[in-house]
Amino acid sequence: MSVLAFAEQRGGALRQAAVEAVTAGRMLADALDVELTAVLLGPPTISGEAGKLGRYGADRVLLGSSDLFAEYVPEEYSEAVVAAVRESESKAVVVSASALGKDLAPRVAARLKAGLASDATEIGVEDGRVIAVRPAYGGKVFLKVAFKSEPAVLGVRPRAYMAEEAPRDARVEELSTKPDPAQLRTKVRMAAGEKKERPDVAEAEIVVAGGRGLQESEHWTLLEDLADALGPATALGASRAVVDAGWRPHDEQVGQTGKVVSPPLYFAVGISGAIQHLAGMRTAKCIVAINKDPEAPIFKTADYGIVGDLFEVVPRLTEEIQKLRSEG
Amino acid sequence: MNIIVCIKRVPDSEGRISVGGDGASVDTQGVKFVVNPYDEFAIEEALKLKEAAGTGSVTAMTLGGEESKETLRTALAMGADQGVLLKGKPSVDGLGTAEKLAEAISAREYDLVLFGKQAIDDDNLQVPAMVAELLGLPGATVVVSLSLDGRKVTAEREVEGGHEVLEFDLPAVIAAQKGLNEPRYASLKGIMAAKKKPLEEVDVGDAESRLEVLQVMNPPERSAGEIVGEGADAVPELVRKLREEAKVL
Repeated sequence: MSVLAFAEQRGGALRQAAVEAVTAGRMLADALDVELTAVLLGPPTISGEAGKLGRYGADRVLLGSSDLFAEYVPEEYSEAVVAAVRESESKAVVVSASALGKDLAPRVAARLKAGLASDATEIGVEDGRVIAVRPAYGGKVFLKVAFKSEPAVLGVRPRAYMAEEAPRDARVEELSTKPDPAQLRTKVRMAAGEKKERPDVAEAEIVVAGGRGLQESEHWTLLEDLADALGPATALGASRAVVDAGWRPHDEQVGQTGKVVSPPLYFAVGISGAIQHLAGMRTAKCIVAINKDPEAPIFKTADYGIVGDLFEVVPRLTEEIQKLRSEG
Repeated sequence: MNIIVCIKRVPDSEGRISVGGDGASVDTQGVKFVVNPYDEFAIEEALKLKEAAGTGSVTAMTLGGEESKETLRTALAMGADQGVLLKGKPSVDGLGTAEKLAEAISAREYDLVLFGKQAIDDDNLQVPAMVAELLGLPGATVVVSLSLDGRKVTAEREVEGGHEVLEFDLPAVIAAQKGLNEPRYASLKGIMAAKKKPLEEVDVGDAESRLEVLQVMNPPERSAGEIVGEGADAVPELVRKLREEAKVL
């Protein structure tokens, strides 16, 4: 018996999503009193990463290393994860709700004829049953759900379980199922020429989000400067209004029809705080609002607010953060 | 080119959603219902692909109650050729719904099945990938760009920090993300025409739920914080509080 955690990689290196899934999986395995197996799929070089999973609590690592696993190919990955579930006799499968995980988890659940709780902010065991708490309606309500069947498949929201060390010597074994090139139907590659230096808004530690108050897209340099000062774990976000206006790409949109984020620190700059935006960021740990309208609804949700002209406040904030960072 | 677009009736994103009186349901009283916004991208893409092919049909399909006919009519008004209402209740998790849809889809002729990437009510983001698996078809989710060359499909999907490019052959399942296209509005002519278009009803029964909802809760309370001050002069105090009180810097 086991809990299985899916360890995500990109380019032969573990992603944050991998250690978060292992951390959440460790907690669930302890609650169920079973061991934790991690499944790691990647290119041949990935085997060097397997040992690291023990540091976050994996008792055993099932390793699938093949050139066919270098990129995420939906059918190959789903089949291998299902094989790992069977091999480890897992009662529950934990996958990070990253872009990859959101595609993989439903495929695995469909193949196992299992229930899936997506994007959970909390997972656990109650009365012997696996449960999850997850947002719905864009975060306007949270559902506590229980699984009626086994195995339970759980998608865990990025940053809901921050990586925590629970070191042990993981046994590393080769997954007995090998990918079959004959059944490969999909060719996958990363699109060329768009390496962004900033993290994705859903995975960032700090989000600097802008709204209509910035008045035009050229003014985003103000937010970029602030993000640069805050450091490399900072992402840019945007309200729906500015994405609809074409000022910012939709992959930066935060809200019910964009991304739902829970970073430790969220700056809402020139964002009034429409209900559908609040739904997407209200689980951030600390929210700072900068808006010239003291009646803006965002101030009712923010932990700290400054009422004022963002064109004066933001440059000053950038300056103060730079000062702080240079003092170390 | 025969395309099936699966859509859903959902509460408008501006609507207020609250916890039902029993603590285990959702109260949508007084909220306007609309076509799931992501499904509009799927409908638009289906219409564009059919127009480009110059032949074929677009079928809008949904699983739901009588009230979902209105949702199908909206798709017909945008330009879909026919509607199919699978009468039954969607499941709590995605699989039961996916099973009902996959069964209905497999009984029809199609080249492509389109979805919106997620319904904004239960936010499961499960059904499209599950239908692909149940039908044994290739496909892609969270698609922001789609091109077709004969039977060959190239789809770009959004991932952290970039796009993935997937290539596969039809028949396939695609889930649309915002940005794929600019959905058209139904014209008055389209709305009139929709009333005469065929709308089929099939009783399929309720979908099986593998999850049960124990409790519906309000989001974690956030009490209004403090206004640190006005204008740029308040910045040093804000930075101090972020560092010393909130400990996030």
